[in-house]
Amino acid sequence: MTGLPVAHSKNGGGSRLNKFSIADLRLSIEKWLGPSIGNRQSAIGNTGVLAVVFFIISSGLSGCAPQSSEPTPLRVWHSLTDREGAFHQLASRYQKETGIAVRFELYAPTDIYEQKVRSAAQIDGLPEIYSVMSGEMRELASFIQAGHVLSLEETMSRNSDAWRSIFFPRALAVNTLRPGNPFNVPPGVYGVPLDVMNVQIFYNKKLLAALGVDPLKGPATWAEFIALGKSAKQQGLIGLVSGWAELWMIDCFASNYAIHLMGMDKVEATYQGEVLYTDSDWLKIFSLFAQLRDSGLLAEGIVSLGNKQAEQLFANERAVFAFNGTWGVNVYKGMNPDLDYGVMMPPPFIHSRPMVTWGGAGASFVVNAKAPRREEAVAFLQWLTAEPQQRQLTEATQNIPANRLAASGLPEKLAAFADDMDATVHPRLFSVQEGPTVIEAFDKGIQSILIGEATPEEIAQHLEQLKRREASLHIP
Amino acid sequence: MRVNGQAIQPYLFLLPALVLFATFSVFPFYLMMETSLFQWDGVSPIRQFVGLHNYAQAILHDPVFHQSFIHGSWVTLLALTFQNALALLLAIAVNRNLPGRGIYRTIFFLPPILSEIVVGLIWFWIYDGNFGILNESLTRLGLASWARSWLADPHTALNAIAVIHMWKGFGWGFVIFLAGLQTIPDELYEAARVDGAGSWYRFWHITIPLLSPVVILVSILTILGTMQIFALIIATTGGGPGYHTEVPITRIFASMLGSSRFGYACAQGIVFGLILLVFSLLQLRLQKRTTP
Repeated sequence: MTGLPVAHSKNGGGSRLNKFSIADLRLSIEKWLGPSIGNRQSAIGNTGVLAVVFFIISSGLSGCAPQSSEPTPLRVWHSLTDREGAFHQLASRYQKETGIAVRFELYAPTDIYEQKVRSAAQIDGLPEIYSVMSGEMRELASFIQAGHVLSLEETMSRNSDAWRSIFFPRALAVNTLRPGNPFNVPPGVYGVPLDVMNVQIFYNKKLLAALGVDPLKGPATWAEFIALGKSAKQQGLIGLVSGWAELWMIDCFASNYAIHLMGMDKVEATYQGEVLYTDSDWLKIFSLFAQLRDSGLLAEGIVSLGNKQAEQLFANERAVFAFNGTWGVNVYKGMNPDLDYGVMMPPPFIHSRPMVTWGGAGASFVVNAKAPRREEAVAFLQWLTAEPQQRQLTEATQNIPANRLAASGLPEKLAAFADDMDATVHPRLFSVQEGPTVIEAFDKGIQSILIGEATPEEIAQHLEQLKRREASLHIP
Repeated sequence: MRVNGQAIQPYLFLLPALVLFATFSVFPFYLMMETSLFQWDGVSPIRQFVGLHNYAQAILHDPVFHQSFIHGSWVTLLALTFQNALALLLAIAVNRNLPGRGIYRTIFFLPPILSEIVVGLIWFWIYDGNFGILNESLTRLGLASWARSWLADPHTALNAIAVIHMWKGFGWGFVIFLAGLQTIPDELYEAARVDGAGSWYRFWHITIPLLSPVVILVSILTILGTMQIFALIIATTGGGPGYHTEVPITRIFASMLGSSRFGYACAQGIVFGLILLVFSLLQLRLQKRTTP
């Protein structure tokens, strides 16, 4: 054995550890280093041995530090696994064109990424560019208030809104704090959308035709949609799949119909406590889920399906419909390139108000206001959102670009999503937000309706009670 | 005053370990205690001191958090009984001179070394209500009426999780029980056999008493391990349907990242930690009493 020898014992094995001393360690080191060194260093004292120990530890630690003569790159943190390759290609191009190195760092999945960003924010260790993932504006506002997000308002406004004008307005809106916002954050644009998305209903053309529905149109109303449950079941098909184990997907579906049925003002009034969840319109919303449950349209156990599993079921042609986002185009292409499907807005429940769909910016980046190279970061984002780069990203990842100029000539399926961007809604667009506990109870309550353990009325009552309780516990 | 060099030597050697322990255990715990007294979203520079409000809310006003303890305790109870009974039975079987017992040891210890996420995903497909193997098997056995979406049905979801947890966890108990059984001298069994004791008598009067410290050790590890179940639930139900498979850690996680209530999540974590500490202390007392 060539390693550090075991320490000498003065009193036998039983007391080896007790009797182990610096003198033992010194002998060990002398033996280990060899007799010549041992002789030369025969005067190694206790302090010397300790110095050796600390030297070894400190050199180990210093070895962890990066040592490179290359210029420090701008760092971009993201969780977009599907765009990793394209990002690296774009970073190489940017370095060739400008000489500025950019390093994209992938941290996935999203919840891990969120933790990393929060932790880094605590020690001012955020990179030049990163994302604030939460769908809620209060989260973005917290980062802004803590000084972690640079306002892009001035850059957006330069040259007669030159940069601002290239984006889909809805994509920019979810990154914009309006005047008089409840967070007391200076109004303006704080994030740069990279792409846009919305969540709609994919339908398998072949299976829909088998149900006797024109595959070029799809069901036109909620009633027609619900009625397909029976025939789907008769033919041994799954009607609708979606990742409704993930609460936000349920929330998308519910908020689509809430805004469709009530309008944004009434939904917002509910958040403010001026309208109760026991209101008849909210009961109608909850009842839609009871109808879905009773129609037989839903996949068995839909409340335990993650979106990945739901995507597999649709891609394998087991399900007629899938409630899924724009990213589904790329996912289905990867899972089943021959899948023949169409895309439709969720079928309207009433005709007096247009149908809306959850969406806006798909992924957005913010610039770290505390980063010394923030201006370079802004310049990189301007380059990244310019038309050629946006086209390259679209081609590589099948996402709709945030730059409207790059959205012309999209493939048919993506174009269907892009056409409906003006009909999108997003939680960040509300001037007030519902409390997180109530949001969770709302989504879990819908799960309870779907599994038949609660009625819409019971869920509405529970939400009202919870909202009152939260208000009573609120600390001003 | 002259400091004796010999006297400080042990402390100098302890220093690196103490620094690491203080940095990675004591200081974070202190921060957690401190944060639990504030209302804070985890990012904002403003933290509002709320005293013991978060504790009051966790202990008195959060029925979902309380329910999560009941769920955790139920899975723990199942693990304590069925999982450990199975582990003990298999350990006894392998402790006999069975042919190929090395293979059994390896097989029984495979589930514990698998990732909980991977195990969760595999069992998710077994339990799947649409094309799951379990439903398919039941249908072929003429029990189609039993088929259901096991993880989405509120009557079966928690027990279905418990089965996965027990399947994954029994290997630990098996290994520890086996090690414990191998420390019992054969002479005791031989003497009892000579005295005419049957196998059941030998089991109750030799194996169980001598194995009791090991049983207590396995029990406490089961309690601590099962009450902290998390990844398996995230990989299967995410706490749903509704709140039916929520356990303490999923609630703490939801408070922290789901609703950005860091102070409250810390208070929940401390309440949960204290409960586990009480269990651990009880176990230590029990172990002291039973150890000869």
